[in-house]
Amino acid sequence: MTTAHATGGWVIACSFLLAFLASSVPLPDELSRFWPDWVAMVLIYWRLALPHRFGIGTGWWIGLLVDVGRGALLGQHALAFAAVAYLAGQTHRRLRLFSPWRQAFSVLVFLLVKQFLVFWISGVIGYPPRDGWYLAPAVGGMICWPLLFVVLRDVRRYFQIT
Amino acid sequence: MAALKPSRRIHDLFAVNPQATLQLGLWVALSIVLMTVDHRYHTLDGARAVLATGLYPLHYLARAPADLRDWLRTNLAGRTVLLDENAQLREKQIFLNAQLQKLTTLEAENRRLRSLLESAVNTPERVLIAELLAVDFDPYRHHILLNRGRQHGLYVGQPVLDQQGVIGQIIRVDPLTATAILITDPNHALPIQINRTGARTLALGTGHFQELELPHIPNNEDVKVGDLLVTSGMGGRFPRGYPVGTVTKVEFDPGSPFAHIVARPVAQLDRIREVLLLENAPDTAQPAAAAAAPAQP
Repeated sequence: MTTAHATGGWVIACSFLLAFLASSVPLPDELSRFWPDWVAMVLIYWRLALPHRFGIGTGWWIGLLVDVGRGALLGQHALAFAAVAYLAGQTHRRLRLFSPWRQAFSVLVFLLVKQFLVFWISGVIGYPPRDGWYLAPAVGGMICWPLLFVVLRDVRRYFQIT
Repeated sequence: MAALKPSRRIHDLFAVNPQATLQLGLWVALSIVLMTVDHRYHTLDGARAVLATGLYPLHYLARAPADLRDWLRTNLAGRTVLLDENAQLREKQIFLNAQLQKLTTLEAENRRLRSLLESAVNTPERVLIAELLAVDFDPYRHHILLNRGRQHGLYVGQPVLDQQGVIGQIIRVDPLTATAILITDPNHALPIQINRTGARTLALGTGHFQELELPHIPNNEDVKVGDLLVTSGMGGRFPRGYPVGTVTKVEFDPGSPFAHIVARPVAQLDRIREVLLLENAPDTAQPAAAAAAPAQP
């Protein structure tokens, strides 16, 4: 059991690492508009799958690392990710029963909240968004969710992370 | 009892965990404190620098696909393509050399004239090359991350250029990386001069890579589409005379005292790979550090 825990942490860390890389890949303009925040989505997955191991605080710390990595205000993504972790944690019992496609709609809501919080804070410090496009990554996230869910579920089962 | 069980399970599905709400409140409060401190007092720069250094390899990993593509392109290019490119570069080299000759004489002449006028002699700036590590994901904030930092002698306020013209300036220096704000960032203002007439104004960022705004130019000022804008050297951050952009639109509105003028940066800000960092002579860089700061560095 202890070994499973150890491997589990390693796999989770790797999934976040890959998510961070996926979010930073340079892309053509049209695609980058909808390119989802993979870190937030991986966070939602682990929060749904392992709510007992993965708390709001963990989400907050990951958000803080994202802040540093992106050169954002310290605490900006941390706040948004904590909120996402909270929402996912409060609904995980229901969401687990859903098919990935039905989950995707809830994920859309979580990601919209996250985008809104991040850009609201940007607005407060003098960088208001110019148009509604800043919400587009949430839609991209919804579309990609079933795929991510299936992949991460298989990974979790393969490594027997509980 | 048996009948109660399923209903309780259903109820469980909608259970709200009050402890989690409290937790969220605490974390949100902590974020707000952190953001306020980071935004107002900049006392967290040390902590950020430590974390940023830890994340440094990640940026390199993220760049790996693009680097691989470049590597493949250079290594798998056909012989004829390389020969062609070589010939083109040689031609350009000759052309540039010819221009350079003219420049040396002009520079000498300029120095002589300046000494006649007893004005300060422009010391030649040192140049450092840096590569782009990452672009801020936030589309309304034009920040870029460079692979040089305090270790390489970068400082806040250092001008950043590319081959064509001014890109921006450094706003944060970490041990191994530095963040630069682009001139198109909505919070950036750059003191400029219209090359043809010498009229001075600011070039304000608009949040679009192709647009700069020139406020405070009176309606009767002589500005034409195509005019070159160069740095004016006011404020002391940017040395004088580096190209910034060309005027693309001039609109006179009789109702307002100022013309509406839009320019396009000469540097291709959306496809930067490598940048040049100018090092001002220290005595000119120091005193004016605050003067030309972006509205919110």
